[in-house]
Amino acid sequence: MNDACQGAEGIISLGHSVRFQFEPAQQAHVLLYPEGMIRLNDSAAEILKYCDGTRTAAGIIAELKRRFPDADLTAHVHEFLETAHGRGWIARS
Amino acid sequence: MDEAGSPGADAVYARPVGRPFWLLAELTYRCPLQCPYCSNPLSFARHHQELTSSEWMRVISESRALGTTQLGFSGGEPLIRNDLEHLVAHARGLGFYTNLITSAIGLDERRLAAIAEAGIDSVQISFQASSRELNDAIAGCTSFERKLQAARLVKARKLPLTLCIVIHRGNIDQIESILELCIALGADYVELASTQFYGWAKLNRDQLLPSREQVQRAEATAHRYQERLAGSMRIFYVVPDYHEERPKACMSGWGAVFLAIAPDGTALPCHAARELPGLAFPNVRALSLDAIWHDSPAFNRFRGESWMKEPCASCPERAKDFGGCRCQAWLLSGDAANADPVCSKSPHHQRVLEAVERAQQQAAGTGGAAPWTYRNPANSRTVI
Ligand code: SF4
Ligand code: SF4
Repeated sequence: MNDACQGAEGIISLGHSVRFQFEPAQQAHVLLYPEGMIRLNDSAAEILKYCDGTRTAAGIIAELKRRFPDADLTAHVHEFLETAHGRGWIARS
Repeated sequence: MDEAGSPGADAVYARPVGRPFWLLAELTYRCPLQCPYCSNPLSFARHHQELTSSEWMRVISESRALGTTQLGFSGGEPLIRNDLEHLVAHARGLGFYTNLITSAIGLDERRLAAIAEAGIDSVQISFQASSRELNDAIAGCTSFERKLQAARLVKARKLPLTLCIVIHRGNIDQIESILELCIALGADYVELASTQFYGWAKLNRDQLLPSREQVQRAEATAHRYQERLAGSMRIFYVVPDYHEERPKACMSGWGAVFLAIAPDGTALPCHAARELPGLAFPNVRALSLDAIWHDSPAFNRFRGESWMKEPCASCPERAKDFGGCRCQAWLLSGDAANADPVCSKSPHHQRVLEAVERAQQQAAGTGGAAPWTYRNPANSRTVI
């Protein structure tokens, strides 16, 4: 269905040591991992909500398109997932 | 996105006072090991009256309310406290990311199961070296085999495993075999933490400070492994600041992101700060964490820049390193408000150079060093 994700198929879940949660004190989602934290912007948080071990990249994009029908987000999502994978925030299986 | 939370990360916000992202809970000064570089205060044996379980629970709750996300259970050896698993469960229930920082002594199958069920998020085990003989000689007790076993148990439970090795003259030439050990144990994160010279490490500095050549070789090896293992094992290499020209941005600045609570409830902006003279550090038994963090004179003493003296006060780099480490400034210059003498602009920089020169002579075999002083209660009562 989408050439860009051929090399990146597989179910996407959060990285092994990573937790994703909303922080009331910061009014933002964060990723927590040993001795560190990443504060996420809204678009990163929306994508990570669906990296829950049940979807491929294509599945995540489909969910996001359902929620944001007017946005052209395919390229942005792939780019984010690449970065997130490189940093160990997500894992592909 | 921005990165914050770990003491080294950049987390200076526009707010006048930041949040304590990182809470270090030093549950006890008791420890079966005797590492000669221990960051506990020299006077540790004189501080009694550990906080109770319910006092710790309150501190943990108050810290979470301030916005803290990372919690390290440390010491001493935190496993000595038999309420550790209750504190972990309490913290995890509040949304903390919980890190156990341990020598692994006491981390058997049963204890690990209890701590894992309580919800621990990651386990950090210290190794002193990659061989049994050297590990046990540095630790001052038989511990290598138990560390190996504990690391395997942590991996078997699929918990994130960090291995932390404090690096000094005695083990720096082993860096390659240390990293091989970390690979063999399947570590997710490795911290090669160059010894920082306060507390017991300052007392033993002439025995611990490596030569420049040793540091260069170790750095090259660490970088080689970092490249090779990118994506599978993250290696953090903390550079030895005595061999630098600029100080590190200690704790991202005083009272900026880091809060340590000593076993007796003393609140500290850095775990080595306890021995700074002239500062009355507040105690959680008397004050709320909110009041301690925002209003106490000790936490405000070195915030911002108004406390700085020359050369820092007018230095263009002051927003980058905040003048370095206050504890090192005091230890080496006699005044905690001075520039960190690691800085080449400091009028006291010569003291750092002299220590490095002694290390050079010892590496060349022309200067002997007395045996190091182990960190134990008997020595704590007599060294100062
Ligand atoms: S550095 Fe060594 S002696 Fe000090 S608390 Fe850690 S394990 Fe114990
Ligand atoms: S003079 Fe002070 S602020 Fe400037 S680089 Fe040195 S320590 Fe940092």
